[in-house]
Amino acid sequence: MEWRRSYGRAPKMIYLEANFVQFKEELLPKEGNKALLTFPFLHIYWTDCCDTEVYKASVKEDMQRWQGVLRLHGSVDWLIVVVESDNKKKNKTNILPRTSIVDKIRNDFCNKQSDRCVALSDPLKESSRSQESWSSFLTKLRTLLLMSFTRNLGRFEDEMRTLREKRTEPGWSFCDYFMVQEELAFVFEMLQQFEDALVQYDELDALFTQYVLNFGAGDGANWLGSFCQPVRSWNGLLLRRPIDMEKRDLIQRGEASLLDLRSYLFSRQCTLLIFLQRPWEVTARALELLHNCVQELRLLEVSVVSGALDCWVFLSCLEVLHRIEGCCDRSQLEANFSHTVGLWTYATEKLKSLGDLCGLVSENGPNSEDLNKTVDLLAGLGAERPETANSLQSPYKKLKEALSSVEAFEKHYLELSHAAMEMYRAIGRLRSARLVGKSLAEFYMRKGDPQSAENFLLDSLKSYVSESWSLPLTHTRKQIAECQKQLQKMDEYPSHISDHIYLQTSALLASDANLSDEERKHFCQEILTFASQTAESKGQQKDPCVALSMSSFTQLHELRFRPASALVHVGAVLQLELHLCSLMPVPVRVEQLAASVHFAGEQPGTTAQKRAAQNPDGTVTFPAASPVSASPALELCEIQEHSPSDNALNTAGVVCKNMHLLMRRHDSTTSLDTPITAPSALAMDDGAQMLKAHDVTLLPGNNSIVFTAPSQKPGTYTLRQLCATVGRVQFVLPHIYPVVQYEVYSQEPQLTIQPLTENLLAGLPQQVKFTILTGHYTVKKGDALQLSNTDSMPVLHSSKCTARILSSTGELVGESALSIQSSEKVTSISLPLTPPYHTLEFLLDVLCHIPSSPARVESEHLTNGQISHRARSRARFNSGMAIIDQKVVFSQQCVFSVWELRWSGVPPVSLQCVFLASFAPADAPDTALKPYSYEFAVERVSTLYSVRAEIRPAAGEQHCRTGTLCRLEVSLTRLTEPNDTDRSDEEFSETEGLRTSRLMYEVIDNHSNWAVCGKSSGVVSMPVAAMATHKVQMEIMPLFAGQLPFPNIRVFKYLPHHASVVIQPDTDSCLENDSLSVLDKALEDQADTASLRSRGSVQSLGEQQPRGVPMPKRQAFGPGQVFNGTQGRQVLVLPGTDHHVLEVNVT
Amino acid sequence: MTTRDVPLGTVQIGICSGHVNYPLYIRSVPTQGELKFHYTVHTSLDVVEEKISGVGKALGDQRELYLGLLYPTEDYKVYGYVTNSKVKFVIVVDSSNTSLRDNEIRSMFRKLHNSFTDVMCNPFYNPGDPIQSKAFDSIVSAMMVQAC
Repeated sequence: MEWRRSYGRAPKMIYLEANFVQFKEELLPKEGNKALLTFPFLHIYWTDCCDTEVYKASVKEDMQRWQGVLRLHGSVDWLIVVVESDNKKKNKTNILPRTSIVDKIRNDFCNKQSDRCVALSDPLKESSRSQESWSSFLTKLRTLLLMSFTRNLGRFEDEMRTLREKRTEPGWSFCDYFMVQEELAFVFEMLQQFEDALVQYDELDALFTQYVLNFGAGDGANWLGSFCQPVRSWNGLLLRRPIDMEKRDLIQRGEASLLDLRSYLFSRQCTLLIFLQRPWEVTARALELLHNCVQELRLLEVSVVSGALDCWVFLSCLEVLHRIEGCCDRSQLEANFSHTVGLWTYATEKLKSLGDLCGLVSENGPNSEDLNKTVDLLAGLGAERPETANSLQSPYKKLKEALSSVEAFEKHYLELSHAAMEMYRAIGRLRSARLVGKSLAEFYMRKGDPQSAENFLLDSLKSYVSESWSLPLTHTRKQIAECQKQLQKMDEYPSHISDHIYLQTSALLASDANLSDEERKHFCQEILTFASQTAESKGQQKDPCVALSMSSFTQLHELRFRPASALVHVGAVLQLELHLCSLMPVPVRVEQLAASVHFAGEQPGTTAQKRAAQNPDGTVTFPAASPVSASPALELCEIQEHSPSDNALNTAGVVCKNMHLLMRRHDSTTSLDTPITAPSALAMDDGAQMLKAHDVTLLPGNNSIVFTAPSQKPGTYTLRQLCATVGRVQFVLPHIYPVVQYEVYSQEPQLTIQPLTENLLAGLPQQVKFTILTGHYTVKKGDALQLSNTDSMPVLHSSKCTARILSSTGELVGESALSIQSSEKVTSISLPLTPPYHTLEFLLDVLCHIPSSPARVESEHLTNGQISHRARSRARFNSGMAIIDQKVVFSQQCVFSVWELRWSGVPPVSLQCVFLASFAPADAPDTALKPYSYEFAVERVSTLYSVRAEIRPAAGEQHCRTGTLCRLEVSLTRLTEPNDTDRSDEEFSETEGLRTSRLMYEVIDNHSNWAVCGKSSGVVSMPVAAMATHKVQMEIMPLFAGQLPFPNIRVFKYLPHHASVVIQPDTDSCLENDSLSVLDKALEDQADTASLRSRGSVQSLGEQQPRGVPMPKRQAFGPGQVFNGTQGRQVLVLPGTDHHVLEVNVT
Repeated sequence: MTTRDVPLGTVQIGICSGHVNYPLYIRSVPTQGELKFHYTVHTSLDVVEEKISGVGKALGDQRELYLGLLYPTEDYKVYGYVTNSKVKFVIVVDSSNTSLRDNEIRSMFRKLHNSFTDVMCNPFYNPGDPIQSKAFDSIVSAMMVQAC
């Protein structure tokens, strides 16, 4: 049936159930009746009268009376049903056929509402007419019933609201109002509108909650007093009945306690929610309700027997869970553990506190006082409800049983705890599971079962460690310590293991800053006491030493090498200063602090990448990771990779050095930190070498300890482990990270000879520095350095020669005078006493000779050319004797030989030379010497001409301007008078009694900066006299502005063909230019190829020109013969006055 | 609403870092029950993680950072909030503290988040380190005083 409602509420399909009741006047509602369920909604008058007479005589009167009564009660919902029967009609056909009884009744009663009268014909017959009338009757009945229902419901709701508005008035009773609104809820429930019904209860719930809160805030209502009565019964929720009439009666009578009201309300809500198939809301609401009730009772200061609420909560939790289990199947339950687990945990907690209260957890069992309490609590439970009395398991039975004995309590408590933990695990709430586990551990501890407790504690410790929650960590660890102490007493494990475990925990606790000083001292004392116990006092023990992790004992801060380079020679003193922070609360005397050292023999070539972690100042800083830190910090370092060939950068990047630590699976990280590490894992390696410090007292806080490092053998020493021994206890750091290394080296003696300047110059006395590194050798008295003399570089005798003795670190140790004895072959220098690994430095004067041999022009052979030798090589130095082998030449090495050539007469223009040398490879000196010859020419070069040029602006201008003509004046000057040797290759001509040679000049601008106007080349005749000058002028125009380089001016020899007529060569002629340029090119190529060039070749090249062509030729001068003064000169050119085009050329 | 002598409410604020869940900042007023609070906050991370993964699955890109009431206990209410970088904020208040409704808690979280962002913006702050900022401290203190 569709139901349309006022206030715009959505129409709904409802199911309305009606009871037919015989009309009695008493049943009509009186003023103020709140019952809605028993409300008469529709009054029906049934009549089968079909006789007008009878109708007029009695029925009409009866109807009128009926209507009067109805009107009196304000009811307008009525219906008159006339049952017509054919049988009767047939009998009395004479009666007015037209106006039937129905019409009459309609006339009489339904003046406007004709639908208030229905005829029902032949209800017992199976005719279509009767069916039709039935259905129309039923429709009408439904419509009217619903109309009446809606009207009455609306009125009811209005009344209810009015009543609610009166709630601030004195004398208002919540219970009364409760009943009214619940009536509405019942109606909705009856209509199967569970949602609406639930809303009614929720409103009641909220209203009540608000009152309680207001009361808490000081705004008390009188009626609330009745709810504040002491709680006498705590038998939990009852969810098995649809309506708990007992409680309802209590509320109706205003005698309900807060728990009663809440229980009743919740049971109704629960019923409706289950109707709505929302069981998980039940659990959530249940938890909220239980918490809320506890809070409210506290707030209202209701007196409750201690433990009573726990009972109530426990029972209620289980009751809700049972109820839910009753309406869900197993898979559904498993999928929704997250909804139920809260109740399980809550029940567990409550049972635990009940157990505590009733003395069921202690080892001795309950005493009489506890038993009294138990009896009181059980009394408050009352009798078991009839619903569950026959079932084997019920919350009631469970609680009763649990409280009855220690064993039963334990059984139930463990059952609940494990159930809760399982559920938490199943839904992945591991932390919650561990918390339950922890309280379970506490239970076990009180039961005196530390072994079971330990596992739970360790489990939860793991999660606190991995997430570094320090406070819970400390607390749990403290519990573990207590637990382990008990285990120690119980001798469950072999004693050294339990000792070890306990001491490790104690060490961690002693260093825990979260604990008070007293507690830390206590744990520290535990360790110290153990440490000072002798092995005998504990009976026979094979392994008296207990190794503990050092991270809980001290923290390494820094390690400092002295010297800072961490590189010493054999036998030298190397000190390591270790800065560490003791985490113990009291000073601890450490008998021995030892670091085991790993020694690796010298491996050449591995030193380059060592000691990345060491700072240049010789310190290694240990990362300040606290032992609880979950993950180490990233350690990044930059890398660069250079290509091996040209040292160019190939790749650069950032590398994470401790990736192996960071990328580790998280589960396994704890293995380092957990105190339960097998003792063997921390065992100290028996390294061959140890750094030791004895009897150190570590004060709380920073300490510094100095070790002396062993340095007997050359090689690399790596610090591996650190171990502090306190009595029987050893604190071991299994790995020292970052890597700490130092190196010890051993060195052969070395002699280095180095000139003070870059090169030695011949002929001058110069100083050469002799450096002797003694290495491992001790220079004893009488040791001398012997140098075999060579003619070319004698050691000059100087009287005052002192040697400086330096230590390996470069400090000046002393000075001493040297005595030098020279014989013809050998110079012997007696060395002062020098300890090993020191440096001797002294300077000697040497003179490089160029051996004076007469110039043999005939043979033109020079022999013995070695002079200067830079002794980069290491000379062998054996027992104080040095032999310098000067003739060893290394690949890529330059050896310079200096000759001087003197001329007695006029030097030749060119001198052909040959360099001859014999050589043999150093590794095979026995083989025959191979000759090496190199031919070269020494040319005499003298400058013949100089070319100068000037560029002058046009007259009247200060500067050259683009686009305007400038004057270029070239002056050619002969510098020397040609002597006879030159004549051969210069053409001279005699004109007018003056000897001249002809020169050709050419002005070319390769960069298009200039435009040469007019002739760019020409031939001039130079008088054959020194300083003869010829000037040529031409006009050029700059094309750009800026500092322009001068145009190129080139000068050639001009060789006119003797046979031909002298033709002024037209330089603009393409033909000639082409032929010239070919020659030019060939010449230039030649010039590039060799710096030493024989003149002859030039000549021969010139002669290759075909003779037959009668052409003047030009020939380039040799290098250096012409000095060009214009090279590199620039002239400033301003932009032209015409500014349309502005171009600036910067050269 | 006039106030009666309500027992001093307890507020605790915990902030836990993203994936590793170690505490960045924990503060509780009063301090006597600190240990219990630590346990509570730590345990509440279970529910936070459950909710985060739940939100991710169900509502894709929902921007709601406030997770609401994580779970009630008899004495406390635990509220959660998670930033986009999965930094978890947890506020624990006394159940008896009725003046703090959902909206107040929400605005507390927002304020906390803003302040937290300021801390993160400090170039000298090393992400992942415990928060020691005085400014942050004072804001939290003010919030707690207000809440109690």
